[in-house]
Amino acid sequence: MNNRKFRMFSIPYLVWMLVFTIIPLALIAFFAFTDRDTGAFTLDNIQYASKYLPVLVKSVWLAAVATVICLVISYPLAYIMSKMKLNHQRTMMMLIMLPMWMNFLLRTYAWMSILETNSGLLNKVITFFGFEPVNVMYTQGAVILGMVYNYIPYMILPLYTIMVKLDGRLIEAAQDLGCNTFNVFRKVIIPLSFPGITSGVTMTFVPAVSTFVISQMLGGPKNSLVGDLIESQFITAYNPNYGSAISLLLMVVVFICMGIFNQFDNEEMEETLK
Amino acid sequence: MENGVIVKLENIVVVYDDEKVLKSINLDINDKEFITLLGPSGCGKTTTLRIIGGFAKPTSGNVFFDGKLINDVPPYKRQVNTVFQKYALFPHMNVYENIAFGLRLKKKPESEIKKRVIEMLELVNLSGYGSRNVDLLSGGQQQRVAIARALINHPRMLLLDEPLGALDLQLRKEMQTELKKIQQQTGITFIYVTHDQEEALTMSDRVVVMNNGIINQIGTPEDIYNEPNNAFVAKFIGESNIISGIMHDDYLVEFAGQKFVCVDKGFEKMEAIDVVIRPEDIKITEPGDHTIDGTVERVTFKGVHFEMVVESFGVKWLIHSTQHTPVGSFVGLSFTPDDIHIMKKSEEEKKSSMLVNEGLENE
Repeated sequence: MNNRKFRMFSIPYLVWMLVFTIIPLALIAFFAFTDRDTGAFTLDNIQYASKYLPVLVKSVWLAAVATVICLVISYPLAYIMSKMKLNHQRTMMMLIMLPMWMNFLLRTYAWMSILETNSGLLNKVITFFGFEPVNVMYTQGAVILGMVYNYIPYMILPLYTIMVKLDGRLIEAAQDLGCNTFNVFRKVIIPLSFPGITSGVTMTFVPAVSTFVISQMLGGPKNSLVGDLIESQFITAYNPNYGSAISLLLMVVVFICMGIFNQFDNEEMEETLK
Repeated sequence: MENGVIVKLENIVVVYDDEKVLKSINLDINDKEFITLLGPSGCGKTTTLRIIGGFAKPTSGNVFFDGKLINDVPPYKRQVNTVFQKYALFPHMNVYENIAFGLRLKKKPESEIKKRVIEMLELVNLSGYGSRNVDLLSGGQQQRVAIARALINHPRMLLLDEPLGALDLQLRKEMQTELKKIQQQTGITFIYVTHDQEEALTMSDRVVVMNNGIINQIGTPEDIYNEPNNAFVAKFIGESNIISGIMHDDYLVEFAGQKFVCVDKGFEKMEAIDVVIRPEDIKITEPGDHTIDGTVERVTFKGVHFEMVVESFGVKWLIHSTQHTPVGSFVGLSFTPDDIHIMKKSEEEKKSSMLVNEGLENE
């Protein structure tokens, strides 16, 4: 009734946001534009950061591939899940969430021992069947695998949430009006699940771009991503100014990527309406 | 109806989770007729409709369309369109696109789509609403969009699943007239599902009364109302007095302790039967020899008539009369032979009433 009364409930979050989001962001911006020794305004850090543009591009590329793979796997899964019996849906949900209960370092170590070229589980199985061993470890493929494995729940969840709410009668109405299964997806299910696709892509892509540790462990030093770069600036090189500048650059790039995606999203939406 | 059968349901049985939803449904639907499936919720009427639409498969039995078996034909290949309960309009499309949906699938040229959508909007009285968002329309308007969307494909048959259920009384009456008009204009067979007996009687050429997964009676609204087959139909179609009686002979029935001349024949001698007399067929007169006499127990003003309950030897008679009779007065109830409707009892009922009769004789 009275909105004003309830506004006070948002104060804890506002304080949280101020302390842990806005102030750190301001600090990053401050560090990015100041000299480490003198504290004077400078553009040197940004210039330094732009040297790493290829790493940034690679990060974006790998994250994009991982996001697409996540979407392709998750979309049918989420749809099938939404049509299951309720108790089966809960079991599936449990299975999807379960890996997230384990520390991601542990999970990544597990992948390392599976993928290892000489004694890994994967190659043992492959050679057992008489095939040549494959070299997955320390490749871009391994990094993508790590990303997909780690972030796929963030894709499934929003898709599933949308699909469960999808009105079954709309699907029947579409069939009734002449849609075969393919057209039911194209004309009704996909357009109506766009909000799920958008949030799934955002929730997968953004953390994937700034992945670190996973990329180093599975991809090796030559596949360092921008996240690793930032980490090393802060931890190893102890140059928070360079680190901040790279972070800032990454934020700008992510921002642009999401902008492009949303644009594409809107066009797609209009296209399917035809 | 001289139009020939368009849909034939043959021994349709549907079992869901070990429960028989439909128990051997046989029904012929004629071309161009307005037929209503009427019954309480859970009677199987919606399931019957879904079988015709192709959204449910019979466990056994056959569905024929134009003489061809269509059991395995998917919904999108049937010449049938549906107006769904609560409309199921596509929320991501405006009114125009919702209506154009079927034609776009058929890849019709834009000019033809436009022409036909505009025609449809006119037919359902929504000209100029094309660019509206469907979520912002009133219930009645959404209903019209759903009808237009279904009719634009020129189906042979339109299935309507309780389409007026969510509308208020005034609007429902308007839409009833309008639906009937649209049906006559387009010449499309309408299969209408409802639990509202008045709706069924007002609009239909024929009514199919269903209960517990079986068809109780098929007939014109007049037949169903005047000559109900059994007590369920009589009770479901309007208010009525149902009394146990005994058929003494052709045209002679005994109930309420008296013998009456009636117009029914063909029963066994002394067969236990149910008698139906509609409340509006009973006239209040002076008590006398050929009337059922009783005391007025309750009078309620209902607008067009008074609803009265007259108690006579333990039987409560419901009467609709325009003439006010004070509570407590001793009156006679009279009716003509035409007003007495005799119905066969179901097997179970027959057994129990036989026992009662035997008991009486023993005394």
